[in-house]
Amino acid sequence: MSDKDTDQGKRQFLVAATTVAGGVAAGAAAVPFVASMMPSERAKAAGAPVEVDVSALAPGERITVEWRGKPVWVVRRTKEMLETIRANDANVADPESKKPMQPPYAANATRAIKDEFLVVVGICTHLGCSPVDKFAKQAEAFDPNWQGGFYCPCHGSLFDLAGRVYKNRPAPDNLVVPPHTYLSDTRILIGEDSKGA
Amino acid sequence: MAATPKEPVQFRGAGPLNAPISGLLTWVDQRFPLMSLWRDHLSQYYAPKNFNFWYFFGSLAMLVLVIQIVTGIFLVMHYKPSAAEAFASVEYIMRDVPGGWFIRYMHSTGASAFFIVVYLHMFRGLMYGSYRQPRELIWIFGMLIYLCLMAEAFFGYLLPWGQMSFWGAQVIVNLFDALPVIGPDLSTWIRGDFVVSDATLNRFFAFHVIALPLVLLGLVAAHIMALHEVGSNNPDGVEIKKHKDEKGRPLDGIPFHPYYTVKDIVGVVVFLFLFFLVVFFMPEMGGYFLEFNNFIPADPLKTPPHIAPVWYFTPYYSILRAITEEFMLVLAIGVAAYVVLIWLTARDSRVKLAAAAIGLVVIVLMKGGPLALDAKVWGVVMMGAATLIFFLLPWLDRSPVKSIRYKGTLFRTALTVFVITFIVLGYYGVQVVTPVGTVISQIGTLLYFAFFLLMPWYSAMDKTKPEPDRVTM
Repeated sequence: MSDKDTDQGKRQFLVAATTVAGGVAAGAAAVPFVASMMPSERAKAAGAPVEVDVSALAPGERITVEWRGKPVWVVRRTKEMLETIRANDANVADPESKKPMQPPYAANATRAIKDEFLVVVGICTHLGCSPVDKFAKQAEAFDPNWQGGFYCPCHGSLFDLAGRVYKNRPAPDNLVVPPHTYLSDTRILIGEDSKGA
Repeated sequence: MAATPKEPVQFRGAGPLNAPISGLLTWVDQRFPLMSLWRDHLSQYYAPKNFNFWYFFGSLAMLVLVIQIVTGIFLVMHYKPSAAEAFASVEYIMRDVPGGWFIRYMHSTGASAFFIVVYLHMFRGLMYGSYRQPRELIWIFGMLIYLCLMAEAFFGYLLPWGQMSFWGAQVIVNLFDALPVIGPDLSTWIRGDFVVSDATLNRFFAFHVIALPLVLLGLVAAHIMALHEVGSNNPDGVEIKKHKDEKGRPLDGIPFHPYYTVKDIVGVVVFLFLFFLVVFFMPEMGGYFLEFNNFIPADPLKTPPHIAPVWYFTPYYSILRAITEEFMLVLAIGVAAYVVLIWLTARDSRVKLAAAAIGLVVIVLMKGGPLALDAKVWGVVMMGAATLIFFLLPWLDRSPVKSIRYKGTLFRTALTVFVITFIVLGYYGVQVVTPVGTVISQIGTLLYFAFFLLMPWYSAMDKTKPEPDRVTM
């Protein structure tokens, strides 16, 4: 067949139609592959609330419990520790917890249901490292006027004893307060809001 | 279609097997382009005769690639990609598998050696203008290899499932979390879970041993094909193809084989001396090649007191850490100054308007009150930009000459400052964050970007010397 007999318009149409159909098929075929990389049903199911007993926790100490694979800290704050929080408003980026990094019932001065117990997810809001305790009020390499709190070793973010982030640090937000509720005076359920309270 | 009959292959040399070898080669060559590949890439690939020390690192990078692939295959025979077993299986390789420690130390030392060799190879390109026209695509393929290598190193680093593996992966995957809108879903998708877990380890294993090595090999092939198409640059930065003899061979070229194969063997021997010195006597290299915290199994509940990436990532890591909220003002002023510079020097008014428009958007996103993005996002953006900006180099350099031998003081100073900046940023990337360190990293970040972004001006203003017509030795 010579070129003269070729219907160029028809040929172009068929090439375009084949390309589009093939492209759609390739795109559709990619969907299951992309979807296979999402969390599996098993991973999604592994997120049940955990219960923690804080009766044995001494004042000024911290315990870590695992919830959804993340460390959740419970810190029993002393009177002195609570005072440093009030004195620290000028140093932190969001002193009144305006950003929704906590359930409404923890959006208060101490970011807690009970002042004594701080419950926060121990994951830096910068890039997900777990900050370390620097509870002592003393001069530190990263801050000569350190009031006590948490220090993230990865990128130097600082948080006070209410988990509020210091200004001009890489982390943008306060530490996350997970949903939690008190089952009794010393038993906390992490992962569920209080019902009817 | 019948193939064009080819000439019989003459195998030269003394010995009773000449005739059978010639016969076999002829048989193969008439069915596969064996001799033309050999000629095009080795025996009749003419490379400039004035290659110096800096030209060892391309072939050394190939050698390290081979070492990594071979040792990697043997490691996979014993390694178990599961969160429950990974750490123990690596210790099993180290203690119980015969020669396992040797294979693993070659692989871990090879990773650092790869980056040493590649950084020196890139520095060679910067010095002699190897990225300049007509070698832009060689440079781009090379940069893609570099990015691929960084991804390969990152995925591989999770596999031993130690503390640094886990928290390194946690930090890097969370970089994507910083992106607006899609960030959180994207990082969940990459991990396959809400935290770095068994699912993450499994897929990183798949990327490390199958996906990226395939891409890497393809890119290496493209890099070399592009190189052999246009021909190698040389320390004088002049084109040897300008002067050819009557047979069309460059007067200043010598066949790659045997001249440079023999030269490169010398480089290989010296390299292997140093390589095995590390493998046998200091495989951890004081915690730089294998970090001490990685000998502790991964613990998702506890970050080690000081974490830093492996040394080859630290310059970029410093840039990431340097971007704080208060530094955003400096960055915004820098962008504004750059727009003014373009406005004052560009001739095309469309360029001026485009620069002003883009600059305005960037400044609003940096400091525009409610519209501004977090410093965290900008840290990630700047870190990404620091790796990607190398791609633009062929179009940023406006110097009339390629090689540093004929460039003037401005370019030489800029390159020296850049190298020092890169090393200083790398140094602060492994240190604990201190106020002084942060300020130095911030200055380093500005100098890093200035090297690239100001290049169109200083390379054009530079007082260059005339290039020679032919290469010098």
